[in-house]
Amino acid sequence: MAIFNLNVNGKQNQVDVEPDTPVLWVLRDHLNLVGTKFGCGVSQCGSCTVHINGVAVRSCATPVSMVGNQKIVTIEGLSRNANHAVQEAWLEHDVPQCGYCQAGQIMNAAALLSVNSNPSDEEIESAMSGNICRCGTYIRIKAAIKTAASKMS
Amino acid sequence: MTLIKTNYNRRSFLKVSAATGGGMVLGFNWLTSCTPSGQEMLSIPDSWFDINAFIKIGENGVVTIMSPNPEIGQNVKTSMPMIVAEELDVDWKNVIVEQAGLDTDNFRRQLAGGSQSIRQGWQSLRMAGATARRMLMEAAAKEWNVSTSELTTENGTIYHKSSNKSIGYGEVSTIAAGLDVPEEVELKDVKDFKIIGKSKKNVDGSGIVKGEPLFGLDYKRDGMLIAMIEHPPAFGMKLKSMDARVAKSMPGIVDVITVQTEPEDKQWSDTNAFTTLVVVLGNSTWEVMKAKKTLKIEWEWDTRPESSDDHEQALAKLLEKKPDEPGRKDGDPEGAFRKAAKVIEKTYSAPFLAHNTMEPMNFFAHVTAEKADLVGPIQTPQYLRKSVSSILGLPEENISIMMTRMGGGFGRRLYGNFGVEAAVISQKIKAPVQLVYTREDDMTQGTYRPAYKVKYRAALDDENNLIGFHVRGTGIHGGPVFANRYPAGTVDNYLAENQTVESNISTGAWRAPRSNFMAGAEQSFLDEVAEVAGKDPIDFRLELFDRAINDPVGEKNDYDPKRYAGVLKLVKEKSGWGEETQGVYRGVSAYYCHNSYVAQVLDVIMDKGKPRVKKVWCAVDCGIVVNPEAARNQIEGGIVDGIGHAMFSSLTFKDGAPEQNNFDSYKLIRHPEAPMEIETFFVENGIDPTGLGEPSLPPIMGALANALYKATGERLYKQPFAQQDIVLG
Repeated sequence: MAIFNLNVNGKQNQVDVEPDTPVLWVLRDHLNLVGTKFGCGVSQCGSCTVHINGVAVRSCATPVSMVGNQKIVTIEGLSRNANHAVQEAWLEHDVPQCGYCQAGQIMNAAALLSVNSNPSDEEIESAMSGNICRCGTYIRIKAAIKTAASKMS
Repeated sequence: MTLIKTNYNRRSFLKVSAATGGGMVLGFNWLTSCTPSGQEMLSIPDSWFDINAFIKIGENGVVTIMSPNPEIGQNVKTSMPMIVAEELDVDWKNVIVEQAGLDTDNFRRQLAGGSQSIRQGWQSLRMAGATARRMLMEAAAKEWNVSTSELTTENGTIYHKSSNKSIGYGEVSTIAAGLDVPEEVELKDVKDFKIIGKSKKNVDGSGIVKGEPLFGLDYKRDGMLIAMIEHPPAFGMKLKSMDARVAKSMPGIVDVITVQTEPEDKQWSDTNAFTTLVVVLGNSTWEVMKAKKTLKIEWEWDTRPESSDDHEQALAKLLEKKPDEPGRKDGDPEGAFRKAAKVIEKTYSAPFLAHNTMEPMNFFAHVTAEKADLVGPIQTPQYLRKSVSSILGLPEENISIMMTRMGGGFGRRLYGNFGVEAAVISQKIKAPVQLVYTREDDMTQGTYRPAYKVKYRAALDDENNLIGFHVRGTGIHGGPVFANRYPAGTVDNYLAENQTVESNISTGAWRAPRSNFMAGAEQSFLDEVAEVAGKDPIDFRLELFDRAINDPVGEKNDYDPKRYAGVLKLVKEKSGWGEETQGVYRGVSAYYCHNSYVAQVLDVIMDKGKPRVKKVWCAVDCGIVVNPEAARNQIEGGIVDGIGHAMFSSLTFKDGAPEQNNFDSYKLIRHPEAPMEIETFFVENGIDPTGLGEPSLPPIMGALANALYKATGERLYKQPFAQQDIVLG
């Protein structure tokens, strides 16, 4: 076990865990931030996507020991009142069915728009290809990303 | 206006009255999703008055509507309360929706399956709203000393027009709660609906985009241990011995135990190949995951190991065997084939599929000597309670089950072995536990969509009329053929046969059971028959419907040919079928299941040498659509799901072990392979609603195969199509 000081959603947190513990389980089991989801454990489905220093990463395969002083943002910290343009667009298009993968989809979409404010259909499909939606809401996700992009520009 | 006797539910309503005072919902307060359906936050009342099991009204007029059925993403937590709110006649903005726990005294059929929640809940949900409205009116009539017949309601207010008086529901709710349940209530006319048929946002939408703890895996309780299981690596194996010394010495590990999870009194939902399990218990998920990998377990063969080649051979062999009894026989099928000018014969097959809900199986249980408290994602809480009661030796009334929102169901959570397992583990370890499956545990556990093979034969006369039709199906387990479905009823000489192959691999219902294979096979075959007959595929199908409309063969046909033909005509018109567009390859399909009719046209284009689904046109007749935007979402999801599984997904076996165990080896459809556009058209006919969560999935597999044939010249007989070098996206 080792002590790690993590900056999560703008707050410093201290956790005492094994160094190989994935960020996903630190968030869920130790910091009670359960919005980040467990789907596959092997970086294949994207349900666990968080931002580390603004970049979308799969938290299920990121050991806590690799984070250091970098800033982690989870779905709970993406905005203060669910008012990030991507979250608002998700509600406008009523995207979710079961909803389980959507936190990961939203985090990935927000990271995409932070580096590409006006992505083409192809760029959206490519950037989002690591996020599986088992309910098949892909068309709505794409539409919501376009709406968010137009509101952000 | 429709008058409806409330007698059917009177006893249960009266029971509810006796249990008022908030008592009936206590104990289920976790996850009471107090998400107002409107944008503005509602002020929560100081006190609530239970009008009946579905409805609580606050003194300020805010209404809580209980959603009785499990929510797996099919939108029932929004659409079922909408039906209650419609008849109650309240403003949807003033409604709070709360998930009910399992409560068989007050609710009927708390089950998510068969696309039946709305269809079977339609009358009772309307009655619950209408009864409460009537009781509120009677309360106001008493207050004003007038007759109830002089009163009207609108948006949660009662009016007495002649005296110009009005009063809010909240102000009379305390009186209404004490009144007798009326013998008879009035239901609204469809044309007067104000909420049903108007799109309402998902009541959990805001919680989902904020990452709130809505799902089973998000549930926590003080002192809760994490439990993970190890099941045999292959079907046919069982536990021989276990060495858990290393695991037990690892940090955070509390114990390693074995459990037996087979209830004595088994329900249909107890479908489980692995009933002796090794369980690792610890304080956190990662610690338990790591310890699980150190287990040294010896497994031994209990029954013979099976491989996919064995399955293929068994299905093919049985397909050649004539069953003792046909499922249905009309006329003289063999005679028709003997005198046919042309005979077309094709065989179609599909593999086992895992459900792969995004949220892996999990459940919380806290079992003590007296009672069991269970929380988690389950489509069949009533059956889980029976199984848990049997295995724990506790009476059902001492077992509570709260349903969480589910990260997908697709049929997997009909089979609650994980809930039984959590209960047994908690009883044995004497602590609250949350059982968590890894993705690998989940994908290799079983309860798969059966593997299928079906052979079709069609006989055409020399004028290309269909004079004979023969379908023979086999499956592991269970034959897939619906003997009384189309084209039964449209052809004089018809034979339907079904046979099952036994296996030690466990199978179960998977979104649109049997239809999820049969529709694709049948609609591909009819496309080929139409081609041989030299007819347009839509005209050919319509010709058959004409026969079923004008002079149906047999009396057991399970579909309405007019509604069936109706969706086909609608999609023909909307898609502009018959107008050729350069570079666009079209396929058509139509199917009836879950009491609903769906017809689809799918357009494929070639993009950089690869086919891509450009657009799907979808016509649906599911009667009244309660929540249109959410309904469109369901239709789109079913289409994407169907395309994905027909194209890519397959679970295969070697020596009893699944060869895929995570999303790196088991392919699911992803963003770049999804259709670029889907347009849905609902038939407006005012008929009571029918299924919606499943019916768009089955036919799309046929529309896809037929369009890909046009694009590539290859007919597709074997799912997943990707194994025939067809690439999509």
